[in-house]
Amino acid sequence: MTTTPEPRRLERPETEWQRVSPKYIPVDMLSTLIFGAIVTAAGFIPFWFGWQEGWFIGAALGAIFLVVLALTPRRVRAIGYLLRDDDLLFRRGIMFQRFVSVPYGRMQLVDINRGPLARAFGLAELKFVTAAASSGVTIPGLPFDTAEQLRDHLVAVAETRRAGL
Amino acid sequence: MSTVGPESQAESQPTAPAGAEQGSPAPAPTTVPASALATDYADGEWHRLHPATPLFRGGLAFVAIIGVLIVNLRDRFIELFFGGGDDIFIPGPPSGDLESDAIDFIVREELILVALLVGLGVLLLIVAGFWLSWRMHTFRITDEVVEVRSGIVFRTNRKGRLDRIQGINIGRPFIPRLFGAAKLEVSSAGNDANVQLAYLRGKDADALRRDILLLASGARREAAVDSAEGTTASGMLDARVSELLAPELDVELTAPESVVRMNPGRLIGSILLSETTIILVGLMIGLAIFVGITGELFLLFAMFPTLIGLAGFAIARFTRSLRYSIASTPDGVRVGFGLLSTTNETLPPGRIHSVRVSQPLLWRPAGWWQIAVNRASRSSQNGAAGQQQTTILPVGNLDDVRAVLGLLLPDVATDEARATLELGLLGSGDEGGFTISPPRARAIRWFSRRRNGFALTPAAVLLRTGAIWRGLTIVPFARLQSVSVNQGPLLRSLRLAAVHAHTVAGPISPTLGALDRTDAMTFFDTVRDAAIASADTDRTHRWRS
Repeated sequence: MTTTPEPRRLERPETEWQRVSPKYIPVDMLSTLIFGAIVTAAGFIPFWFGWQEGWFIGAALGAIFLVVLALTPRRVRAIGYLLRDDDLLFRRGIMFQRFVSVPYGRMQLVDINRGPLARAFGLAELKFVTAAASSGVTIPGLPFDTAEQLRDHLVAVAETRRAGL
Repeated sequence: MSTVGPESQAESQPTAPAGAEQGSPAPAPTTVPASALATDYADGEWHRLHPATPLFRGGLAFVAIIGVLIVNLRDRFIELFFGGGDDIFIPGPPSGDLESDAIDFIVREELILVALLVGLGVLLLIVAGFWLSWRMHTFRITDEVVEVRSGIVFRTNRKGRLDRIQGINIGRPFIPRLFGAAKLEVSSAGNDANVQLAYLRGKDADALRRDILLLASGARREAAVDSAEGTTASGMLDARVSELLAPELDVELTAPESVVRMNPGRLIGSILLSETTIILVGLMIGLAIFVGITGELFLLFAMFPTLIGLAGFAIARFTRSLRYSIASTPDGVRVGFGLLSTTNETLPPGRIHSVRVSQPLLWRPAGWWQIAVNRASRSSQNGAAGQQQTTILPVGNLDDVRAVLGLLLPDVATDEARATLELGLLGSGDEGGFTISPPRARAIRWFSRRRNGFALTPAAVLLRTGAIWRGLTIVPFARLQSVSVNQGPLLRSLRLAAVHAHTVAGPISPTLGALDRTDAMTFFDTVRDAAIASADTDRTHRWRS
């Protein structure tokens, strides 16, 4: 084992990331809370039906969701994207990090989705779709105007660099 | 069923009233004189399919049902028309089943005429329906699109752009093949995105494929080469027989040195050494031991259907892979196979999104390999061995692999890259430009640490994996959709990362885990740059322009 000061994490220190709106933090927390409450309640069902030791299933689920909830602000701040000359760079995750680069010419379509919660906060989610299902570039928490501008920009750039499949 | 019988039967069947075959609706005088093209199907006018089409698509079942009905009712009819007079009105032998009761009822109520008329009416209606569906099913091929219109009540119109063609498949299921008919399928990217022309005359299908690919390639109509088509056999029967006995691959179509064929012995060997066979043998041994110990035979009978099923699978795999050939044509790679039902598919250049050469452990002593590809289209035809049509080479030795790679990816498998490719198959360590996992990755790559690595050639990225189940995944830069680098807690604790090259969905997922973190980041940037650069220069969607 070497003991060099080399970083363990995936980093791109030279990159100036565009971050998503901080308003996405409450949106994400709320949706996690709702989902977590439902799943936790479901976890307690065996207990209610008379299995005395069954409470730990619900408790464990609840604890997991609390941890996820606590980490949400950091996780949201870790989402970033960058429009470069020829490609879109996207990053996500702290524990499970993921960096994706998609050349503009590979774009098949751009989706803008707005869930009820996000709409209440004026946010939208932009999905960049390529021919590969595994590309998975979904940028959440964009202010609606930004999302539309970004979409128009992406479509325009993709048009100039269109490539085959 | 003889080879002549069905033909005459076809002519006298519902479809026949059309009389004039391929009567085009209206002779429109526009469009280019398509003298260069081998068929007149690709002239931009609307054409009809093979007149026997409704028969092949369900009509045959209809004829069979009528046949069964007639056979079942024969006794009653004979009794009815030739039997004695009075005893007809006494209810027949008390068989009690519905069918004879119904006949008795009809006879008793003297409704014979009505029943006959109703039957005739229904028959006429069905025949008219078949004929109408054939009349309404038309297709045309212009310079830009292939278009099909069909349906009587619910009309369907489907257009496929020629420059988006991912492959053309010609299938000859056994019965249509006896009639000399074939099904042509133009596949484009996406699920269920195929334009199907079923059925055409066998010869027309081949010529039409050539025409469509010629138009799709971006070549000028005038520049197209003439193809001399001469019917050597005289008479319908001779033509059928010679078509049936003809080799699956037309020798004049390709240069013989570019053809890779399947060796039957190797095919049998590969099936015997497959996981299915091992499981089968294991099951049988287990069964024998169980029966030997307990002396109970019921399990033997219980297992029998399973054994038969597995054996049937192996036999089907064998017959479908027989007469397998991969050949190079001017318009792409042609893969053909099949003994009774034959299928062949032509993949134009640049339609293969990634290639994986792999070697199951049991094949290693024999030095056999298998090649699979990712493609943007899903064909409804099954491939050899009943898989999706993604296994291009079911089994082959190293020479076959070299040849097939050269056919599939001519830009990648160049002479300079050949050494790297072979190292990717057989080698290990960092020679040949491979970047392998660092020693600390041994914890998660016990045996394959020195094989787990990637190399970059000018046109593609090679991902080499596995020391026991060896495999090499090749992704041409021009087809790469995006690239990502991932790291989870386990990899982070070892200062490692995983890379993915994203291609269209298919059996191959080009992934490489347990790379050094810095190497992975370098991979990410280099592959991205190369992908962008080659997307700019890639012209394969119009490969002859």
